[in-house]
Amino acid sequence: MANESLKAKLEKYEADCKKAEEKFPERVGLKHKKVYTPLDLEGFDYETELGLPGEYPYTRGVQPTMYRSRFWTMRMYAGFATAEESNKRYRYLIANGGTGLSVAFDLPTQIGYDSDDVMAQGEIGKVGVAIDTLKDMEILFDQIDLSKVSTSMTINASASVLLAMYIAVAEKQGVPASALRGTIQNDILKEYSARGTYIFPVKPSMRLITNIFEYCSKNVPKWNTISISGYHIREAGSTAAQEVAFTIADGIAYIEAALKAGMKIDDFAGRLSFFWNAHNNVLEEVAKFRASRRLWARILKERFGAQNAKSMKLRFHTQTAGSMLTAQQPNNNIVRVALQAAAAVMGGTQSLHTNSRDEALALPTTESVTIALRTQQIIAYESGLADVVDPLGGSYYVEAMTNAIEKEAMEYIKKIDEMGGAVEAIEKGYIQKEIQDSAYAWQMAVESGEKTIVGVNKFQQEEKPVEGLLRVDASAGEFQKKKLAQVKAERDNAKVAEELAKLEKAAADESVNLMPVILDCVRAYCSLGEICGVLRKVFGEYKPHVTL
Amino acid sequence: MEFSMKDFWNGSRRALARAITIVENEQDGYEEIMKEIYHHTGRAQVIGVTGAPGAGKSTLSDNLVKFYRKMGKTVGVCAIDPTSPFSGGAILGDRIRMNDLTLDQGVYIRSMGTRGSLGGLSRKTADAVKLMDAWGLDVIFIETVGVGQSEVDIVKNADTTLVVLVPGLGDDIQAIKAGILEIGDVFTINKCDRDGADRLNVEIEMMLDLGEAQDWRPPIERTIANEGKGIEDVVNGLNEHRKYLEESGLLEERRRERVRTEMAEMIHDRISRHVMQEITETGKFADYVERVYERQTDPYTVVDSIVGNIFK
Amino acid sequence: MADKKIRVLVAKPGLDGHDRGAKVVARALRDAGMEVIYTGLRQTVDQIVEAADSEDVDVVALSLLSGAHNTLFPEVVEGLKKKGMNDVLVIGGGVIPAADIPGLEAAGVKAIFTPGTPTKDIIDFIKANV
Repeated sequence: MANESLKAKLEKYEADCKKAEEKFPERVGLKHKKVYTPLDLEGFDYETELGLPGEYPYTRGVQPTMYRSRFWTMRMYAGFATAEESNKRYRYLIANGGTGLSVAFDLPTQIGYDSDDVMAQGEIGKVGVAIDTLKDMEILFDQIDLSKVSTSMTINASASVLLAMYIAVAEKQGVPASALRGTIQNDILKEYSARGTYIFPVKPSMRLITNIFEYCSKNVPKWNTISISGYHIREAGSTAAQEVAFTIADGIAYIEAALKAGMKIDDFAGRLSFFWNAHNNVLEEVAKFRASRRLWARILKERFGAQNAKSMKLRFHTQTAGSMLTAQQPNNNIVRVALQAAAAVMGGTQSLHTNSRDEALALPTTESVTIALRTQQIIAYESGLADVVDPLGGSYYVEAMTNAIEKEAMEYIKKIDEMGGAVEAIEKGYIQKEIQDSAYAWQMAVESGEKTIVGVNKFQQEEKPVEGLLRVDASAGEFQKKKLAQVKAERDNAKVAEELAKLEKAAADESVNLMPVILDCVRAYCSLGEICGVLRKVFGEYKPHVTL
Repeated sequence: MEFSMKDFWNGSRRALARAITIVENEQDGYEEIMKEIYHHTGRAQVIGVTGAPGAGKSTLSDNLVKFYRKMGKTVGVCAIDPTSPFSGGAILGDRIRMNDLTLDQGVYIRSMGTRGSLGGLSRKTADAVKLMDAWGLDVIFIETVGVGQSEVDIVKNADTTLVVLVPGLGDDIQAIKAGILEIGDVFTINKCDRDGADRLNVEIEMMLDLGEAQDWRPPIERTIANEGKGIEDVVNGLNEHRKYLEESGLLEERRRERVRTEMAEMIHDRISRHVMQEITETGKFADYVERVYERQTDPYTVVDSIVGNIFK
Repeated sequence: MADKKIRVLVAKPGLDGHDRGAKVVARALRDAGMEVIYTGLRQTVDQIVEAADSEDVDVVALSLLSGAHNTLFPEVVEGLKKKGMNDVLVIGGGVIPAADIPGLEAAGVKAIFTPGTPTKDIIDFIKANV
């Protein structure tokens, strides 16, 4: 038998290597074996495990041609200060070859507070753009043709309001909702488990999400109604397999909620999209992307009985890992981002955001954003990584790791199922605890020197503080408050009161889809804070479960 | 900050907070503080809240506090979390569920670690409760995870104990094992919209039937704490128990018993410290250990002689 | 006398939901033998000050990654002073540009720990300054 002879050879090889390895003890504890062979893929069947690109189980990619017919969308997450400032940055990115917009909102907007709310003080425009009313949204997309651009919005708890505003701006531009393309993140479960910008308790939050699924399937059919996000779970400290597991468990929970609300799997599953992190370990990440595609396809087909191929395809956006950027020697981050981005491309991402070198220090400057965008362009045009579909398919190592990640993730999903699903697991604090344990283990590994971070715990050097960082000063907040006051003075306030009263009534009736009601509110220039305030009153607020 | 009893009696929260720190750490002067306040204690209604981890105790307490506030009472909360036996540190996270109460000047919340000091734990809690009582809080909650004997002891400082259970997942079994069912004066099945609430109800009833028949039959309430449902029923149960304690004379009996245990503990503690100090400072203890280890003598003889010498 | 435990309030002011750092620090402080009162996300300055007061903490450790530190950190220091808690050690961490650090220190934040700081440094600083 060929395997027998290989086994024997491997044994000898291991023995021969031993001495040399002992000279390099810090490499002994590595997670993976030093060499992978066909023995690691025993029983591996190409047709069932991989198939061709664009073919079930989509391990090799969701489209047949991948980057041979078009590159991924180079989508740079941006937004800061006011709608006026952000609009400038978007138009700059489009002019420089960015192919999709990605809107970052400030925290008050994400958590449903207006700029004049006491809770918003100090936070206005800091981590993204501040949006109070439709007026701001009109300015944000000024001179940007919404029928041409695809827009991703990182918005969750208040997603319904921002989506409604986007639809309303399109109306004003004369673009029908049916022509709109883009994504809202709309993934509340990971807010509870990892990201922290929740507003309402679980039940009403899940209702808002299924309301959006239902509304969009009829009215905004090209819109990705959710971006089920592993990104923040990883940022909070999870491992690669946990990122896949907890995210797909969230996905299962959304599907079950939609099914329970009476929808049919193939009516909405094709609009579910994902959002992954691209972390430091390049090949592990490639395996992670591949494993997640296969896992999702199998779950959709076998567990939910999806018939439509589109429902089974895990399409995803990727962002390079913000938490892996270092404040020390920030130029090194350019290299980290390039490697992470390369992993995303080899893993078959549909769109990509590359972080800027200075983001461990502040929001990125225009110059550093440009380098980050150029990084993607270099990978696309110069590196050759985008020339072949799934270039690492068939690598013993990558296939073995793809299998391993799928298996570990599946074990977690099974455990979560036994607990009663992702919602229960989050309410119990299980998922949070698993993530925190991994985060703590990582930190301790860095502090003990077991894990090396260049410039942080090895190869440190004296540095001067970085100059020329982007600063959002307090004037943005003042400007925003004035603008809001002006809108409030000029709008038809009787109409506002009327729409808000309708919303309150609708919110109290679980059988009503809130999307059309919210749309009426934003058209009347009700502010985000007013709308969320009404919902807060009816729904209450989520109280976190913290286990440390 | 310098601590002064004058500030304490003038209602300074800062002074109450500092007094608890001093007493908890047994810093200089702590006994003087306790001596001064002792006469002013015994006025507050002290309620223990316990249950398995994840039963929703903090959320329930949060709602109960709000309810008592609406009735015009001032409220104290003593929230206890376990101290790590390895490091001696602790993460005290109960405030998270009570953030709404932080700014209410009629509420005082204090987080405490179990600290695992020999037998002193329940007394530390008792002292903190006494300080809150003397300072003038009307109702005081002692909230603790019901997983072990020490927690059960802490709760014994309460006049009325509320046991929180949740349906499913065998939490009920754990509770029975931990012995907290025996100490419940009022029960609540929290998260009662879940499957298994009826079964759990039956199980508690059966447990209660097993015990000796008593005048007080603990009521079993139902709550969904994070939606604020069923809180009033629990409050009624707690108040009825209070009334029962007063009318039956059991309150006096329980409190007399508590004084008895407390004093016995203090005597035990004081003597043991005295003896240990005596023999460690003189280096005798190390000698004794060595001699016993070498089998030259035995611990029984040694202890007889040590204790005998000191209490001649 | 029993050991006086160091009590630390770990708080996240503002609306920022990034609590990985705060939680890692909370655990590290616990493992260093301290009592850590963790109050979770979205704490207003008043809530932080009240909690520090009631809990009689020795240290208030603030974590913020949203950029609102220049507004919120000094307000916490001020609030503590108003309560007469001048002896509480206030420290901060998060995405904080070096240029902001002198201003924060002048406002009474005793130390700022930026990304990449070993938890040991934080522990040592607290032990040396309480």
